[in-house]
Amino acid sequence: MYSEISSVPQVVTSRTANSARVSSLRILALEAHAECLRLLRAPAFSVPVIGFPFMFYVLFGIMLGPRHADPATMRGLVATFVVFGVMAPGLFGLGVTLALDRERGLLELKRALPMPAGIYLAAKVATAMIFSTIVSTLLLVTALTLGRVALELVQCSLLLLLALLGVVPFCALGLLVGTLTKGQAAAAVINLIYLPMSFLSGVFMPLSVLPHLVAQLAPLWPAYHLRELAMGIVGADAGAHLGSHVLSLTAMTTVFFAVARRRLQRKG
Amino acid sequence: MNAIAHAAVLDGVVKRFGATIALDRVGLAIEPAKVTALLGPNGAGKTTAISLWLGLAQPDAGRVELLGDVPRRLATRRRVGVMMQGATLPDTLRVRELLRLTASYYPQPRPLEELATLTGIGALLPRLYGKLSAGQQRRVQFALAICGNPELLFLDEPTTGLDVEARQSLWSVVRSLVRDGCAVLLTTHYLEEAEALADRVAVLIRGRIATAGTLDAIRSQCMRRRIRCVSVLSAEQIGRWPHVSEATRRDGRLQLVVDVAEPVVRRLLAEDAALSDLEVSAAGLAEAFVQITREAA
Repeated sequence: MYSEISSVPQVVTSRTANSARVSSLRILALEAHAECLRLLRAPAFSVPVIGFPFMFYVLFGIMLGPRHADPATMRGLVATFVVFGVMAPGLFGLGVTLALDRERGLLELKRALPMPAGIYLAAKVATAMIFSTIVSTLLLVTALTLGRVALELVQCSLLLLLALLGVVPFCALGLLVGTLTKGQAAAAVINLIYLPMSFLSGVFMPLSVLPHLVAQLAPLWPAYHLRELAMGIVGADAGAHLGSHVLSLTAMTTVFFAVARRRLQRKG
Repeated sequence: MNAIAHAAVLDGVVKRFGATIALDRVGLAIEPAKVTALLGPNGAGKTTAISLWLGLAQPDAGRVELLGDVPRRLATRRRVGVMMQGATLPDTLRVRELLRLTASYYPQPRPLEELATLTGIGALLPRLYGKLSAGQQRRVQFALAICGNPELLFLDEPTTGLDVEARQSLWSVVRSLVRDGCAVLLTTHYLEEAEALADRVAVLIRGRIATAGTLDAIRSQCMRRRIRCVSVLSAEQIGRWPHVSEATRRDGRLQLVVDVAEPVVRRLLAEDAALSDLEVSAAGLAEAFVQITREAA
């Protein structure tokens, strides 16, 4: 069957590799560190993702914000901007980088290299979590100092926790877009999701001022549920059906990840 | 201790992409401590073969073996290094960061400084990958491929974009790796690269192994010789002699392509006593390759 195997194969003894250990945790840490550096050094990513939520909050939440508003409204504004700040690191951080990695053959190289399964995506999610935490911390510090918003320590901590975990559904959605598009097209598609979602899910405008149909469809956006949870934390809104919002986000995340994974396995 | 006869094997492998057959019952083995060169025109299936060995694609039929194991097992891939043709690394990472990251995948990586010296990229370590020239980027990719101390190394067109000096220094590193027992699969468009490095050559044409063996075996398979001389004999006349497949006159010199050189040379000297500047050359791999390609077409 072999056309070029010699009749007397040369037998060698392989080296005793694998005696030293490879730490998956160390690989994950190095991979996430590299991904963070890669994105921080790309101003097209880091400036809008970190800068815009901060800039918009200072502009619309503090400078042009409602004067003499009650503390609950002020807290609600902070919560809203935290949700806005959480969306971009997940959507762009995963979507655009995955689409680029696919186009440039880097994903294929990573698959060929002995990287433990899942580390590639786990590192990207960890990076999005780090960015999301940086954005939220910046917003909260600004709110507490410049904005003089009365937030309790528990509320701040819960908002940070929300930012840390709440980025995951957007990672999943970004990942899905990253598997559907290649290269720079991903950024355009994500912008087409990101900006409408900011408005149509009630993040930028209360649902009460939006058309009835839009308000009714708002629960289809992950941002809607995250906003409801954030409002629940600062006590500015009902925040009642906490369980159902967590469940909705979990379900959306699972579906996005599952479809993306299937596409990645099929198409690469 | 793990004794293996072949570093990697494709046995009766068929791979289809839709209606196109990329590999058609391919049998090919990479031997330990040897350089196997896989040659073939674009689209012949060379990269598909590497993809199967690396577990990036599954064969439709046949068996793929990597270091005596299935390709996708992590422990096996930790013994393999790879330099891929089409991969672009992140522009905004420094060379040192890329090396440290890739080295972390392997149980016994080469120390960074040793690797940098070996591959001549010491001065590039603090620089951003995106700021390097194409040739410098290839050298970094080569360093990444060997950073894990591989037993088996896949080099897909490794010296594209390198200048002569950089190419020769890469060749010398490959030779030293092979001396240390590393098996290498090399795909290349530069035939002199295969001639300089390869112990064994396989030629892949339209998904089939057209010929394979040692360089000498391929040369002897292409026994043709080229004879050049200055002579008054007519090319048309010589073209009718036995063993002569081609006879032309170019710039006043006779140029013959023959199956066997000796009887033709004897007759040439007998018929033209004034014959001068006689030159007989063996078909180089380049010529063999062209011939193989033409015959398989």
